[in-house]
Amino acid sequence: MVILPLKEAVTTVLVAAVLIYTLPMMISTYTLSILLIYAMLGLSLGLIWGFGGILCFGQAAFFGLGAYSYAIAAINIGESTLPMVIAMLVPALFAAVLGVFMFYGRLADVYLGVITLVVTLILFKFINSTAGPSYVIGKARLGGYNGIPGFQTLNVPGQPDNYIWGDPFYYVCAVALVIVFLFVTALLRSSFGRIAVGIRENEQRMSLMGYDVRARKTVLFAIGAGIAGLAGALFANWAEIVTPGLYSLGQSAEIIIWCIVGGLGTRVGPMLGAAGLAYLKFLLGQQSMIDNTLITGLILVLFVLFLPKGVVPAVADLWKLSVRRRPRRKRPNRRIRAERVDG
Amino acid sequence: MVETVLEAVGLTMRFGGVVASDNVNFKLKARELRCLIGPNGAGKSTFFKCVTGLLTPTSGQVFMRGDEVTGWSPHQVASLGVGIKMQVPSVLDGLSVQENIWLAARRFLSAPEARKKAAEVIERLALGPIARVDLGRLAHGERQRVELGTVVAADPWLILLDEPAAGLSGEDVELMAELVREMTRTSAVVIVEHDMQFIRSIANTVTVFHQGAVLMEDHVDKVMSDPTVRNVYLGKNA
Repeated sequence: MVILPLKEAVTTVLVAAVLIYTLPMMISTYTLSILLIYAMLGLSLGLIWGFGGILCFGQAAFFGLGAYSYAIAAINIGESTLPMVIAMLVPALFAAVLGVFMFYGRLADVYLGVITLVVTLILFKFINSTAGPSYVIGKARLGGYNGIPGFQTLNVPGQPDNYIWGDPFYYVCAVALVIVFLFVTALLRSSFGRIAVGIRENEQRMSLMGYDVRARKTVLFAIGAGIAGLAGALFANWAEIVTPGLYSLGQSAEIIIWCIVGGLGTRVGPMLGAAGLAYLKFLLGQQSMIDNTLITGLILVLFVLFLPKGVVPAVADLWKLSVRRRPRRKRPNRRIRAERVDG
Repeated sequence: MVETVLEAVGLTMRFGGVVASDNVNFKLKARELRCLIGPNGAGKSTFFKCVTGLLTPTSGQVFMRGDEVTGWSPHQVASLGVGIKMQVPSVLDGLSVQENIWLAARRFLSAPEARKKAAEVIERLALGPIARVDLGRLAHGERQRVELGTVVAADPWLILLDEPAAGLSGEDVELMAELVREMTRTSAVVIVEHDMQFIRSIANTVTVFHQGAVLMEDHVDKVMSDPTVRNVYLGKNA
């Protein structure tokens, strides 16, 4: 097991604390909460796509499953702590089963995208058609296209009457995101994470090294789904209603765009992409001049054309360039030359 | 008696009507070095893929150290302690030399031990100056060497190499031959190869494939002077 280096953990927490404190001065906590939830959703796909090489078109399915699991469990249990856990476990298990079918069936690339896309569509169609009174899980009616309203929202653990909403809910979302971020960081530092990146780079080589690629991809896929599920549960608490729209293709496509714009292969990129684009959408939603999706599409096209690696890697490259330039001037370019002789 | 580490019994592989590998019987002893030669389409690579688990043979069996491994996945074969290198360099392009070799060692060792092992392999293969460079930026010969590094980092007792000298410059070929000789100190090695000069410099026993079957199996000099082999492999006028 690799535990995060203390210095990095402390830095992360400090930066996060400053952001959590200062952001509400600019944006309302109600809006910030949803941005944080989307950031977590972006991070979940950023983990499995950017580091595991699994392009999943159905991350919204896990998000929606998490939200629905939370809503159904909360109605039946009447307290929010256990439903939050269930909201992570259900999508993770669902992804594990789906992953076994896909990865043990040796599906890759485009086919994987198609399958995950279709699964999302099926869930959307299914939930949409559950309007009748016969579709009940325990005390919860699935409600079809009307969704499920009126479930128990987040409360202080053990005190069902003590609701967490408004500003405290924002802090809960923020802390949850920091914890997930630290978890993802530690995961990527561990052998499991390094092997996952190896699998992204070359599956064949990794299996020739003796790693069971299928099992490892399935586990990573399930972890990503669990994180998306947690984001979904938080979303359910934020919106106080869950609807089939959560499973929509538009939502799935948006998550992918967040990752591309923010920068694949980084942890911060998908989070920034998610929060940034979601905020832009929020601002654009306040006017009726230009269509929202048109702008999102335009941004995607511009990024793919001019900044294909995304914002965060581009900024990181710039930073490296400006930092490196100085020490190199003092010394003769010995290191560069040595590299060239060997290369 | 020396242990048999690899044995194929009646190995046959059919692709539709084509018999790519025809009733091949093959035995390899511990620390033996064996080259497989033959013209294009002779069935060397098919045989190689059947042994490594990349293909499941139509019939016949493969044994490794007495265990039957027919139809196993490559990762299961590799987990036994078998190092495999494919024809096309298969490395992790986006990662550094060090990370490539560390990942190979990590399969059998704990993380800190794997780090030591990686440092050791990097020194042995003289990869020190490029240890931090991503594989995608390296030259072909270096990539081949790194891939060999990932193979030896796992301390295998059986190494299967498909054309390790392909596309290498003269200097790199010599280096490769030396590495292969070093490998035979601890493991049995099977090499599929075209480069006759390279084979002469390393091999004792050579197995010649022709039309999917084993044509002959003998010392390299005898094989080279055999008229039948010269006919099928080197062409009549060679």
